[in-house]
Amino acid sequence: MFIKKILIIIQPVLAICMGLFIGLMIAYGLGENPWSVLKILVNGAFGSTHDLASTLFYTTPLIFTGLSVTIAFQCGLFNIGAEGQLLSGAFAATTVGILFANLGSPLAPFIAICASFIGGALWGFFAGYLKAKRGSHEVINTIMLNFIAVGITSWLTLYVFPNRGTQNPETQEIAAQFRVPSLFLTEHATVNFSFFLALLVAVLTWFFLWKTVLGYKLRATGQNITAARLSGISVNQMQILAMVLAGGVAGLVGVAEILGQAGKFRIGFSPEYGFMGIAVSLLGRNKPLGVVLSALLFGALHKGTMNLDLETENITRDLSLVFEALIILSVTAEGLWSYILERRK
Amino acid sequence: MDEQTLAVEFRNITKTFDNVVANSKVNFKVQKGTIHGIIGENGAGKSTAMNILFGMYSPDAGASSDAGEIKIYNTPVKWNSPFDAIAHGVGMVHQHFMLANTENAVDNIILGAEPVFYALRKLPSFFRLIQTKKAVQKLKTLAKVFDFEIDWETAIEDLPVGVQQRIEILKLLYRNAEILILDEPTAVLNPVETEALFINLKKLKEQGKTVLIITHKLNEIIACTDEVTVFRHGKVVCSLKTKDTSTEALAELMVGRKILLQVSVPPQKEFSKTPVLEINNLVLYSQKKAKKKLDHIGFSVLKGEIVGIAGVEGHGQSELAQILLSPNAKEFAIKGNINIFGKNILSLKTNQIRELGVSFIPENRQAQALLLDSALQENFLLGNHDKGELQFYNFLSFNKIKEKLLKIVRDYDIRPGNPNSLARQLSGGNQQKLVIARECYSQPKLLIASQPTRGVDIGAIQFIHKKIIQVRDDGAGVLLISSELEEILALSDRILVIYAGKIVAEFNRGDPKLSRIGYYMCGASERENVH
Repeated sequence: MFIKKILIIIQPVLAICMGLFIGLMIAYGLGENPWSVLKILVNGAFGSTHDLASTLFYTTPLIFTGLSVTIAFQCGLFNIGAEGQLLSGAFAATTVGILFANLGSPLAPFIAICASFIGGALWGFFAGYLKAKRGSHEVINTIMLNFIAVGITSWLTLYVFPNRGTQNPETQEIAAQFRVPSLFLTEHATVNFSFFLALLVAVLTWFFLWKTVLGYKLRATGQNITAARLSGISVNQMQILAMVLAGGVAGLVGVAEILGQAGKFRIGFSPEYGFMGIAVSLLGRNKPLGVVLSALLFGALHKGTMNLDLETENITRDLSLVFEALIILSVTAEGLWSYILERRK
Repeated sequence: MDEQTLAVEFRNITKTFDNVVANSKVNFKVQKGTIHGIIGENGAGKSTAMNILFGMYSPDAGASSDAGEIKIYNTPVKWNSPFDAIAHGVGMVHQHFMLANTENAVDNIILGAEPVFYALRKLPSFFRLIQTKKAVQKLKTLAKVFDFEIDWETAIEDLPVGVQQRIEILKLLYRNAEILILDEPTAVLNPVETEALFINLKKLKEQGKTVLIITHKLNEIIACTDEVTVFRHGKVVCSLKTKDTSTEALAELMVGRKILLQVSVPPQKEFSKTPVLEINNLVLYSQKKAKKKLDHIGFSVLKGEIVGIAGVEGHGQSELAQILLSPNAKEFAIKGNINIFGKNILSLKTNQIRELGVSFIPENRQAQALLLDSALQENFLLGNHDKGELQFYNFLSFNKIKEKLLKIVRDYDIRPGNPNSLARQLSGGNQQKLVIARECYSQPKLLIASQPTRGVDIGAIQFIHKKIIQVRDDGAGVLLISSELEEILALSDRILVIYAGKIVAEFNRGDPKLSRIGYYMCGASERENVH
């Protein structure tokens, strides 16, 4: 029992090391010194206040999408649609910020945050409804809804709220009173209020799933849908609820990006946060605390590898992506690790 | 004992899984040309031993001095897979048949051992043409030798289980098996099919084959075996000649203490004769195949009464239990009426039906009742999650849940009883006790118990039976659905026999005509009312 518990902790660490090792070997093959590559990685992620801020900036959306995948997963659903949900949420926040520019209430940011959540929740609801009531598989639903979200938000950006002042594919700026406060006021102030919102949402997710009756019903549905149904839980409702919450939490990425960072909806702002959320959730073992930690790792990795591009001669932007992907791959190849660990017997 | 005629010999075989000793120094011998019974409770190690013999597991190596060995016909063998085992003439019929349901008997039997044209035998498999004619010929001769009746052309799914089992046996004979292992062969058979199986086994014996049969039904051991080996806690307790023993003696050897094979059922208490459950003219179609699953069923369960539904599995019992809990299930179409406490439930949801005081023990605890990867407390909570006494201001109070669970663990003797251990870590008997404890926690007024003792050891069976009687004596109605005839006969105050979705007979406790129940289970005649 004890050994098993240790293995559960060791396994991801081992995986990270393995991925790093392979990546460093490739760097070595390209003529880089592995030791200095490693140093650049760590310094790039945590070396200065500015670097740390950047790391946390990338971490924040990943916490949201990771939690989104986790909530759905606890209900037995595989949410591939966090990407579409976050676009929907972000665009909802933008819309509110633009349309209600005259609203002077101090509650304005709060309203915009709610809009993010509701936008994402709506997108999640579609997937949940189709799954629960029509029986179509959530993986297909959510993938298709991703395409629709990309299409609709792009169209709205370019034709309904375009920023006429630039050539960039982006909307007008939202009114200033909707913005959430920034922290770490360095030159490129990056981390903002949304990071703390993400931590709060992680705690709330944990509390909801493990301390409330509704959360229990949701998890029971995920563990054994037949047993849940026979014990009187309305599993259809639970599935819809899970997808609504998952979508809503993914939609909160809009708080980080629109209300915190850019102040406008830029087409293609998300470097696939939604899909990375799947890996974040898996690595975090589908638990909120694990999600926060693994999002931090992914954020650090993202920032660190960006520096590899800048500070080394032979590792280009593309290769740094390979580096990142290698670590993610080795981490998520869970079956491989249990296989290797069990082979010893 | 004449050493020449030994078919199988286990000497000091040990097998451990992750520190759990499944088999510890197992020794036993099986004579050639005999039927040898292997009995033991769940987890006693009998399946492990047979899986070793069948090549599925290899035994622990151990130190060279006390290393165990398996001898087949006095030759030590060591094999790594079932292929090695079958090459040595050892084959196994699993409890759940390994047949391709849409193919016919011939195709199923030759699968993996297809006779091919000699000239093509070295070519890649794509070019190796199958000599089906030759296969059919060989099979028909085999069937004749052992006097097996088999329909060769029909798809497996349309054949009765008894025939499917014969096909499984023939599959082994086709591969020249000399030693056949049968795992719980009678679990899926009705009494008539069981008898036919025993006759077939005796024919195999006459032809010099050796049969090992794993079962937990003691009377079958007495009926068909020559010798019997008893497993307990991973060890062999003893091997006996069947004619020198009895069911009672074997039960004691299996459990390690004296036990009563049947609980004594006190007479029914007097309750007002109000019906708890009434079913009128119920017809049920499955949506998918438009097949009639239940056909004009009508009966009632009264307060303080156990009504047993006897019948071979797959005759509509599962569907019956299912619609009582979820009459709105999409996969069914219903005609007729179901009333619980006089209330029509057809439009109700599962939680509303449960709120009426209905509890349900599903037939498959792992698939339908438990959250295997969750802690005991979460499993106990399932279905009780809305109860105020387990909450703290509408939030779950794990302190209160734990407290109630610990009481249940004591009352039901569930081991291990740590509220945080996972349901998966419990043995089948303890899992079942947990389910029953949970379902009885809310003091049901109607208990629907479907196969309540399936795959459960004798000790736990006794406990569960007592519990069901206690529920009855507390004034609830009990609908007991079981394919274990013994269980139905022992517990039920009234017995209904179901066949092909129809109730074909009804008996009261102690009815002299009960001796003929086996024939009704095979669809002998129309409903017979004995009032």
